[in-house]
Amino acid sequence: MALSYTLQVVNLLAALLLLIAFAMLSQRRIAGLVTLFAWQGGALAASTAIVAWSTGQHHLYYSAVLTVVLKVVAMPWYFFRLIKRLDVDREVEPMINIPTTMLIGIVLVIFAFNLALPISQMAGTVTRSTLGIAMASVLLAFLMMITRSKAIPQVIGFLAMENGLFFAATSASYGMPLVVEMGVALDVLVGVFVLGIFFFQIRETFDSLDLKHMEKLKER
Amino acid sequence: MEIYWVLGIPLAGGLFLALWGNRGNAPEINALFSLLTLLAAAALTARIVAEGPIMVGDGWFFIDSFNVFLVALTAFVAFTTALFSRPYMRIEKEHGRLNDQRLRLYHASYQIFIGAMLLALTTNNMGILWVSMEGATLATVLLVSLYRTPASLEAAWKYFILCGVGIAQALFGTILLYFAAEKVLGAGGTALLWTHLNGVKEQLEPTVLSLAFVFLLVGYGTKVGLAPLHNWLPDAHAEGPTPISAVLSGLLLNVALYAVMRSKVLVDGALGTDLAGNLMMGFGLLSVVVAAFLIKRQTDVKRMFAYSSIEHMGLVTFAFGMGGAVASFAGLLHMTMHSLTKSAIFFAVGHATQSAGTQLMDGIRGLIKTHPTIGWSLMLGTVAILGVPPFGVFASEFLIITTAMHEHPWATPFLLTALGVAFASIFGKVQPMVFGETELPRLPHQPALTPVFVHLGLVLMLGLFIPPYLADWYRQAAALLGG
Amino acid sequence: MTTGILLQVLQTLLAILLAPLLMGWVNQCRAWLQGRSAPPITQPYRVIRKLFHKDAVIAHDASPLFRFAPYMIFACMALAAGIVPTIVNDLPFSPAADVIALVGIFALARVFLALAAMDIGTSFGTLGARREMLISFLAEPALLMVFFTASLISQSTELPVIVETLAHKQFVIYPSLAFAAVAFWMVSTAENARIPVDNPTTHLELTMIHEAMILEYSARHLALIEWAVALKLFVYSALGIALFLPWGIAQAGDLAALPLAVLALLGKLLAGGAGLAFLETISAKMRLFRAPEFLGTAFLLAVLGMLTHFILEV
Repeated sequence: MALSYTLQVVNLLAALLLLIAFAMLSQRRIAGLVTLFAWQGGALAASTAIVAWSTGQHHLYYSAVLTVVLKVVAMPWYFFRLIKRLDVDREVEPMINIPTTMLIGIVLVIFAFNLALPISQMAGTVTRSTLGIAMASVLLAFLMMITRSKAIPQVIGFLAMENGLFFAATSASYGMPLVVEMGVALDVLVGVFVLGIFFFQIRETFDSLDLKHMEKLKER
Repeated sequence: MEIYWVLGIPLAGGLFLALWGNRGNAPEINALFSLLTLLAAAALTARIVAEGPIMVGDGWFFIDSFNVFLVALTAFVAFTTALFSRPYMRIEKEHGRLNDQRLRLYHASYQIFIGAMLLALTTNNMGILWVSMEGATLATVLLVSLYRTPASLEAAWKYFILCGVGIAQALFGTILLYFAAEKVLGAGGTALLWTHLNGVKEQLEPTVLSLAFVFLLVGYGTKVGLAPLHNWLPDAHAEGPTPISAVLSGLLLNVALYAVMRSKVLVDGALGTDLAGNLMMGFGLLSVVVAAFLIKRQTDVKRMFAYSSIEHMGLVTFAFGMGGAVASFAGLLHMTMHSLTKSAIFFAVGHATQSAGTQLMDGIRGLIKTHPTIGWSLMLGTVAILGVPPFGVFASEFLIITTAMHEHPWATPFLLTALGVAFASIFGKVQPMVFGETELPRLPHQPALTPVFVHLGLVLMLGLFIPPYLADWYRQAAALLGG
Repeated sequence: MTTGILLQVLQTLLAILLAPLLMGWVNQCRAWLQGRSAPPITQPYRVIRKLFHKDAVIAHDASPLFRFAPYMIFACMALAAGIVPTIVNDLPFSPAADVIALVGIFALARVFLALAAMDIGTSFGTLGARREMLISFLAEPALLMVFFTASLISQSTELPVIVETLAHKQFVIYPSLAFAAVAFWMVSTAENARIPVDNPTTHLELTMIHEAMILEYSARHLALIEWAVALKLFVYSALGIALFLPWGIAQAGDLAALPLAVLALLGKLLAGGAGLAFLETISAKMRLFRAPEFLGTAFLLAVLGMLTHFILEV
């Protein structure tokens, strides 16, 4: 173990990211989910900042600040407001029960680790071993999206997936070019606001944010 | 210079219409901005044809024969759709399905959607390509749910979530691409420029690139509507306003496929194998077959033609997957033909459903008696999309199938069966809609069918005779795709 | 050698004597956090003393097993307390301090407790025993997984070696231990009958697990069991300390570090007890049928820790 302490901290934060991804899978309340999402954003920002500091990649600082502003402050705040205004903080009701979901999650983690192994061996970055974790959190977020039937958890799953992707970018290649990161962040932001409008439309029409009502458009 | 106009006009149009879109003449303003975009695109095309590929703005934009052809097509269809949507949306408003607020949203989003697609086409940066593809999705989400009916909300939600998930895969693919590129080109903004990547594609790490391509294909392929990732497409087409169905089908799918093709060129260079092509052929063939058999079961006319779009995009993907000069040429030709024909069909279908008051095919009967022009345009469009000679779709399908017979004979039975099934079911369903008995009332408005006939005329013309400069141009583009 | 034996005896006695104090401290913290006036910190000692002075009442149809069980349970816990390194590492008993053996010792105590509970044949006893078996059946694999994760790092399942690797070699952050620590906390709440799995302070038949098993005991038997319970909490705390916060435990034969080690242990126990009380205050007792899910999560976390070890630390 010849890693410096800063990188060990990055590893720890990576593990934390994965832990939070799992916690999200097991979380039943929407408010708890939002809190976890904020924490995940925090861990992501902290690890990005530490990587920036230890490798001298200054553009990563912007990315970290962006993450804090968007994913730790703005979006959770917006979600809490939505939850309050739409009055939807009840149980999340997964479509598959939670222990099964977690088991599938473990399988996904193993799969991701195996997939990432050959790539991370090629990476020149010091943070390469975290690539597997990034992939695992992407897959776990994906799992959360497909096992939840309510609108807000699905979106949080989507954003958690974005978190995982950002983390992958940081760990595999010290982030993407700044323009691209800005663009991605803009898209995410616009997406969240579009969805905010959308929630109200859904709510207005269906009287609920439960997507189980949305099963009309099936292939007959 | 033209490139800035091409991108700037839709953006300005979007802003303008977002701020002042409540005015009564907003549809005309929308059409005007689209016309300006078309003019700028025409100027850009003329320049590329004269001067060859150019790079603008420090290498941020790159235009060669391949994408300028799509830019021209996009601008053209966007303009004709704007013309079509002018009376169409007025009628919708009179029927009380829309109000001024939503029309403002519609017009502003329309321009931004076109702008995002043009940006996706012209940018040289694979990251920006991703950003603008996502932007195009976001611009259309609220358009799909424009009517605020339960079904349209469901369709929009599906559209957002499925495309969001898909596009996230594409982002991962892009990250992997950058990861491979960064080792050759060094970190920083230039490592994602397609031209730079193309220059060093032989040195890129093959393992990483093959993985990256899988993610990119799955990601952008979701937007192309390739089976089994096509679920969003029929819903979004059926539940959104018809002009949006026309541009989704005619343009967005092309742009997504363009993104796949750009990646494929890089991956082919790095791998030196047919992996990318084979994957595309597999997905393409599956889409053709799945879509053809699902067409049979449709009762909603827009849904049916949406599945037909999946089928045709599958065919194009299959053609590009085969690679080689002839197949790529055929693929490009088919892309053009499909865009023109399918948007024409949606225009006709839009008016037909408006007059019948339903999208269910059982409710639409005897168009030829009540609205001869709509009836004829729907019939002609259908015949064209089914690949009946002398329309252009026949030429491109013929080329694709003969190439497939030659190079991949195993695939031809599948293709022919699928095309046969699609032919039988679509024709069998459209025929009573056009010629059946009816008591439907006439539309109070004159339908805007000029765009339909312009599109179909072009398709007919290209079926009979492709002007030599156009053929040259296609050939150049096909060569860029590794022909 | 003699110092070794002396230290061993000292450490074991210290554990046995300190255990009720830890229990008292946790109860006191909990009372503070809940805004109640706290019983004195020595309350567990008084309870034990009071119980020893009483006359035992034993059911007529109780078998010798019923009388024998409390001694067995207490002995198991005392043995466990002896082999887990608390202040000094590498003592004469250390070769026995294998984590798998430790799990076995706990299991032995539990088997006796459950047998004794069923021995009388009251409905509460059997009910408690069945519930206890359900919980432990799920908790044990998770506990083993936690131990395996920790032992992967030091390549040994012996506690002294684990402590040695973590505390006295170069300082390294092990992310896998973060997972293991969370899983360990979850397992310990289940094993020690604490909130959220069980509530040690209620006698509500719908929810109680541990209390249901010892309803029939009185006087010295009950005192021993209560003491063993306190000891078990102490052993688990010591285990947690040894696995996740081993700094301060003295190396073998390092007598000068001994006072410091005792102080460090006290400090960590104080903090740990307060932390336990805090966690108990903020969480609610879960329904019995949620417990499998809770422990399943613990197991998965431990597995995840192991996987993390392979990807991040090899």
